[in-house]
Amino acid sequence: MERVGIIGVGQTKYEREKRETFGEMVYEVVKKALDDAGITIEDIDNVVTVSNDFWDGRTISCMAVADASGAYGKDTSTVEGDGAFGALYGLMRVLSGAYNNTLVVAHCKGSESYSSAITNAAFDPIYERILGIDAITSSALQAKRYMTKYLLNEEQFAKVSVKNHKNAKNNPFAQLPLDITVDDVLNSRMLSDPIKLLDASPISDGAAAIILSAERQAKEVSQNPVWIKGVGYCSDAYRIGDRDLAEPNSLRRAAKDAYKMASIENPLKEIDVAEVYDAFSYQELLWMEGLNFCRSGEGGKLIDEGVTEMGGELPVNPSGGVISAHPVLVAGLTRIIEAVLQIRGDAEKRQVPNAEIALAHGINGMCGQSHCVWLLGK
Amino acid sequence: MTIYIKNEIDLKRGYKTMNWKEDVKEMVYQGRIKVPYTWTVGEVGSRFFIELRDKKKIWGDKCPRCGTVFVPPRKVCSKCYSNIGEWVEVGTKGTLLTFTVVRYKNNLQSRDAPFAYGIIKLDGADTGLLHLLGEVDLEQINIGMRVEAVFGEDRKGEILDIKYFRPLKEA
Repeated sequence: MERVGIIGVGQTKYEREKRETFGEMVYEVVKKALDDAGITIEDIDNVVTVSNDFWDGRTISCMAVADASGAYGKDTSTVEGDGAFGALYGLMRVLSGAYNNTLVVAHCKGSESYSSAITNAAFDPIYERILGIDAITSSALQAKRYMTKYLLNEEQFAKVSVKNHKNAKNNPFAQLPLDITVDDVLNSRMLSDPIKLLDASPISDGAAAIILSAERQAKEVSQNPVWIKGVGYCSDAYRIGDRDLAEPNSLRRAAKDAYKMASIENPLKEIDVAEVYDAFSYQELLWMEGLNFCRSGEGGKLIDEGVTEMGGELPVNPSGGVISAHPVLVAGLTRIIEAVLQIRGDAEKRQVPNAEIALAHGINGMCGQSHCVWLLGK
Repeated sequence: MTIYIKNEIDLKRGYKTMNWKEDVKEMVYQGRIKVPYTWTVGEVGSRFFIELRDKKKIWGDKCPRCGTVFVPPRKVCSKCYSNIGEWVEVGTKGTLLTFTVVRYKNNLQSRDAPFAYGIIKLDGADTGLLHLLGEVDLEQINIGMRVEAVFGEDRKGEILDIKYFRPLKEA
């Protein structure tokens, strides 16, 4: 396979109720990514936008940003799902040989609608939606199943929230940099057992963009492209009742494929930093298991032993993670951007020293139905 | 609405910029999308709901190849992709696979918080059914608990024909 590099990245600051329109956010990050790569919009020959009609409140929502993403007169296509999957589509376009510099841009404004109604609409309209289930309550079902099956406790989930909100203090793009304690998390308002307010990610607005380029072009335009070493993706059953929610089987498969492609045998030893999709605190621990950083049921041990802290063996979410800023659809692309910055040594105060291999992870669907795992390196 | 524009010299860049944003009271436009749908339930789902409505029975179906019993029933096995044709009645009793007690209210929920959701593995089924828990002390729910379906009086052929699942008082 031809090598593909990420030659430019851009992201907004993530905030609730951003004043920019969809188009303004998209323009901001596309311009940043172009400037970062040192190219112009004329050098982009195709565009992948990432958006969702329910979140945007309009059908064919991609067309709301066609102008802002510079897609006029170009081949443009859309992914309705997490940005990590948008990047995957972009990668496939480059690998087809038919496209050169490929722009992938995602946007979302969670604050402009009603999150619970939109995530409720992800459930089956005939069998499930009428019950009122949404992202928080379904994730609570997963958290409860996970902690009961493997005897984890709420303190361990709280420690993830404390760590990531603290990491967010080093990230100027994060929405919720917080100095909080385990007790603060445990005493925060119960949303749906065992998920409390500080176990949950916030409502966020923002956008993110990356530019992908095959080796033949990447070297012409960029001083230091970050290379895609491995990618894996996999889906599980749609209905949450069809899955054992304590077993992230599709993530295991996605990770296995990505590790094989990148020739990684011992992920904990060989990967220097990971950015994972912690929409809720418990998810970081469960995804650690799915990513094979530990055995089943041992996600809590990693946080107890400080393995995933900054300065630990495998810093996880130096950016503060999704729990510190959760622009839906954008968040997986943000993980890729953060991994790129780590590899380039451009992550400033959140930099993990000498990061050679970084992992980024995105999810799609309720309770992690689908996963996309990226391995990036020099 | 009045928009004030003031020009300022950006000392860093040395050229004029219009820094008018601070003076604009930005507007939002409030809308609402309400679109009716008529979703086809399909023959398998229709039979499931008719049995619920008319006989207070819960039916699943069994994959002829891998033997998985699905509730709600479906036409094609999601595990091995075989066509499913064999109907099996499953119990109205089952075991709680997981649960949550919901503490926040919103207008989508079919009851007032606090209330509980559960995923129930009905006796004879291999998959879990998402539903409500009722007639239960919310502090006394636990995984592995035995529960039974409570059917509504006025059944319409929908998932809420089962009002909720309640703890089973087994003799």
